[in-house]
Amino acid sequence: MSDAVRIGTRATPPPDLQELIARVARGDEGAFAGVYDAVIGPVLGVVRAVLRDHAQSEEVAQEVLVEVWRTAPRYRQDRGSAMNWVLTLAHRRAVDRVRSVEASTAREKKAALLEQMPEFDDVSEQVESRLEREQVKRCLRALTEIQRQSVTLAYYQGLTYRQVAELLSLPLGTVKTRLRDGLIRLRDCLGVSA
Amino acid sequence: MNGAADLHTLTGAYAAHALEDEERESFERHLSACESCAQEVRELRATTARLGLAASVAPRPAMKDEVLRRIAAVRQVPPAERGPDGPPPKQRPRRLAQWALAACVAAAAALGGTAVWQYGQTQAARDQARQAEQQSQELAALLAAPDARTRAAKLSDGAGGAVVVAESRDRAAFVATGMAKPPAGKVYQLWFSDDGVMRPAGLMDPGRSTQTVLMEGPLDGAAGMGITLEPAGGSARPTTAPVAVVNFPA
Repeated sequence: MSDAVRIGTRATPPPDLQELIARVARGDEGAFAGVYDAVIGPVLGVVRAVLRDHAQSEEVAQEVLVEVWRTAPRYRQDRGSAMNWVLTLAHRRAVDRVRSVEASTAREKKAALLEQMPEFDDVSEQVESRLEREQVKRCLRALTEIQRQSVTLAYYQGLTYRQVAELLSLPLGTVKTRLRDGLIRLRDCLGVSA
Repeated sequence: MNGAADLHTLTGAYAAHALEDEERESFERHLSACESCAQEVRELRATTARLGLAASVAPRPAMKDEVLRRIAAVRQVPPAERGPDGPPPKQRPRRLAQWALAACVAAAAALGGTAVWQYGQTQAARDQARQAEQQSQELAALLAAPDARTRAAKLSDGAGGAVVVAESRDRAAFVATGMAKPPAGKVYQLWFSDDGVMRPAGLMDPGRSTQTVLMEGPLDGAAGMGITLEPAGGSARPTTAPVAVVNFPA
């Protein structure tokens, strides 16, 4: 990772991701290279947060990108931004993978899970993603402890809310509502609209 | 059973992919009839995407060439078909080859995962598939696809069934076993479920309790399928509570 050598400043803004996806939908492989550049960092980040294993994460991240290429003609803007679409796909894939192999052993990893916030990658080269990260960190800190743990264990560790409840020794209903009101508070803090 | 208000609180867990299959299915049934929930899910999905963005890491530089090489060999799906009024896909009847069934079952057995598999239902799916000799070439190709996966389904009336999904074909089929006949003037309609939004996927033959139906239209990334009872001729949107909602095997 130390040999990441991307240039941090851009003379011109990158083409809009929606526009790139629209071109990919028409079979434009050149545009797909642009899509790759725009999404691979977050895709790999999401997948790695959930799977933790580097080799497996790369494999799943590649599958996600291939899936983006394959299904781009069916992407619909009215269902959300292109980045949301890609990251939802990535998270779903990662979660499916992790549940298929380790659902039964989740409890054994209790200690490891509880201390493991995602390793936010501070070597990131782009100012905008550093800002994004800072904002997300700040908003996560604004949650209650239980909200934060519920959200991060579910999203970053790929646990079901039942598993989260077991880990935290909380009633199911509590985790269910904290997951929701935690995400709602995050939504408002981050200024998300959809 | 959960009330609607209780179900509504599952938006967060659903957006974070934190529901188990069964609960996800029941939530998706709820979603298809609850626009405010669907809107909240969209917003919370957009929120989790921000969590994803924040976790961004630098990839190994060589990955890009690897992915670009891979996509060069992958055919894209055609754009989505428009609405339920489009012409049904042409079906050319063809006998279903035995090897296709064998391949289907072998692939499903290899990939299905023990958790979602029940041998009896698999057997039923295979038996039903064997009777599907009049089905189209597309159905045969779907069942023969190396990535075909099967998931047992239970219908609300206790009947059994199975869905077979092959992403490489971008198609799915539904195998019904001993389904109750629909009341006169009604028909069972199949739907693809896109994040809880139901998309028409064809009608079942009301005269047969056991049948294999190639679902109309592409998978288009659908997460699952549903079945509802509709007026003869079908509906553009579900008008009754589903008799079954099945998530596609991962």
